[in-house]
Amino acid sequence: MKTDLEVNTSPIPEELLQRVEARGINRRDFIKFCTATTAALALPVSFIPTVAQAVEDKRPPVIWVEYQSCSGDSEAFLRGNQPTAGELILDLISLEYSDVVMAASGHQAEEAKHQAMEKYKGQYILVVEGSIPTGADGAYCTIAGESAMVDCKKLVQNAAATICVGSCSSFGGIPAAAPNPTNAVSVSSLVPGAAIINLPGCPVNATNLTATIVHFMTFGKLPAVDRLGRPKFAYGKRIHDNCERRGHFDAGQYAEAFGDVAHRQGHCLYKLGCKGPESFHNCPTVRYNEGISWPVMAGHGCIGCSEPGFWDTMSPFYRRLPKVPGFGIEDTADKIGIGLAAATAVAFGVHGVASCFRKGDAMEEDKVVKED
Amino acid sequence: MLKIYYVWELPVRICHWINVLSVIMLSITGFFIGSPFITAPETSMYVMGWMRFLHFAFAYLFTVSVAARIIWMFIGNHHASWKAFIPWVTAEGRQNFIKMFRYYTFTGKKITYEVGHNPVAATAYLGIFALFIFQIISGFAMYGQFEPGGFWNGLLGGINVLVGNQWLRLLHHGVMWLLAGFIINHIYSGWLMDLKMRNGTMSGIFSGYRYIEPEDL
Repeated sequence: MKTDLEVNTSPIPEELLQRVEARGINRRDFIKFCTATTAALALPVSFIPTVAQAVEDKRPPVIWVEYQSCSGDSEAFLRGNQPTAGELILDLISLEYSDVVMAASGHQAEEAKHQAMEKYKGQYILVVEGSIPTGADGAYCTIAGESAMVDCKKLVQNAAATICVGSCSSFGGIPAAAPNPTNAVSVSSLVPGAAIINLPGCPVNATNLTATIVHFMTFGKLPAVDRLGRPKFAYGKRIHDNCERRGHFDAGQYAEAFGDVAHRQGHCLYKLGCKGPESFHNCPTVRYNEGISWPVMAGHGCIGCSEPGFWDTMSPFYRRLPKVPGFGIEDTADKIGIGLAAATAVAFGVHGVASCFRKGDAMEEDKVVKED
Repeated sequence: MLKIYYVWELPVRICHWINVLSVIMLSITGFFIGSPFITAPETSMYVMGWMRFLHFAFAYLFTVSVAARIIWMFIGNHHASWKAFIPWVTAEGRQNFIKMFRYYTFTGKKITYEVGHNPVAATAYLGIFALFIFQIISGFAMYGQFEPGGFWNGLLGGINVLVGNQWLRLLHHGVMWLLAGFIINHIYSGWLMDLKMRNGTMSGIFSGYRYIEPEDL
């Protein structure tokens, strides 16, 4: 008699699993990967075999380039658990070029990139990390003597699709924050109109990147996006609306300072400047670091890293509203507002006193009847 | 002979008082949403929830009231008309504007005697209508974020992208203070004109009537 453990109860066909196993991939990992990615894409369970099929036989060429970046997105991806990148990445995709993980260097590496671009023209997936400096004719970032501007444009134009990972390539990110000394821009503003999808976040969530690649492999196109070019499956809901601390927000229970009683009890971080109400990302459901945690769960407010210009607009990170331009850093909108209202009251008070002492301006003077 | 004029028609008065109620309620609840000054002792309470509910409910009421008043600008009498809010397009309006402005700044002695709005006040109300419309649009743009792709987000979501979520919040918050300043100004000016014009400026917004000496016009 067969036990449940011996029967293939997954919706993925046995032959497919055997082929995967023959390539040295653990079948359990593969099933987990296909299931989790299908779920991340918000697709129904019936799509698991379709996803598995696409993942098994496509093996798309991927070129991963970095410009003005900290490699944080590469790091996040290599630490992704679905699949454990080190084990599965080279089996599921064909990584032709990556600054962080490639063995080659110098001219060899550049040669490989160039050849991959020529060989897979119009077929490869381009992953861009980091913003592109356009100041000084692109001199602030050059790779093998070529500016990031030229390199990026060429790669995007020859790619089947471009995935911008992280806020820098998606929106300019930290390099583009005021005063933006290198005049850094996002990929979509450098190459407008190209097939580009933005996966902002600081860093990108590896699950969302994997899911976007898998979506492209499965359906041959990029997933549906919002107004900012972000996939709806990952950025379609506000952080605040899926937050585990939302109950405390609605109740009216807020941490006032880090480490106070309310903070220790896990109350809402709204008054500590959490930008969850202004930010769209699936952090509360997908989380980071193998699904273990995410900022709000760890006790720190969201800083809105997946929104455009977050470094400028979401700061001060521990205040609800941005600082009012032209006023001191300690002036909040409310202080200025109260000042304005008080000044108005004083001005009209003075005006009123002066008006009372004014003679001869009241009307119908002759009609006022003086009673005895 | 003093004559009694019916100046502020019923829809004008209703809209005015709904606006008063809405602006006060929206300011209090909006200020609370921005910086919650009550801390709930129990998780089972719903303080912020109710504040937000009230804010959104009065937002709808306010929107209907402002929209109704704008429609009335094309239906009502000439004091309620849209033309009343741009007095400086005529030479007479410009003259009266300057006269009234000089009275306010103590450089002239005479008040512009008007049946309806004086030209300076009318200009201020034009600005107030602009601020009202800004608050409605920015408010519903932010409100729509609870449901991306829904009605409000579909209609106004582009504004969030254009202005940026945080700047939109700051502006929405800042305009509240401008309106607070306006209310102080508005009540003061009403009081002053009631005192000086002796035409029932204050009672007019309750009754609709003003007491005018036609010879002075």
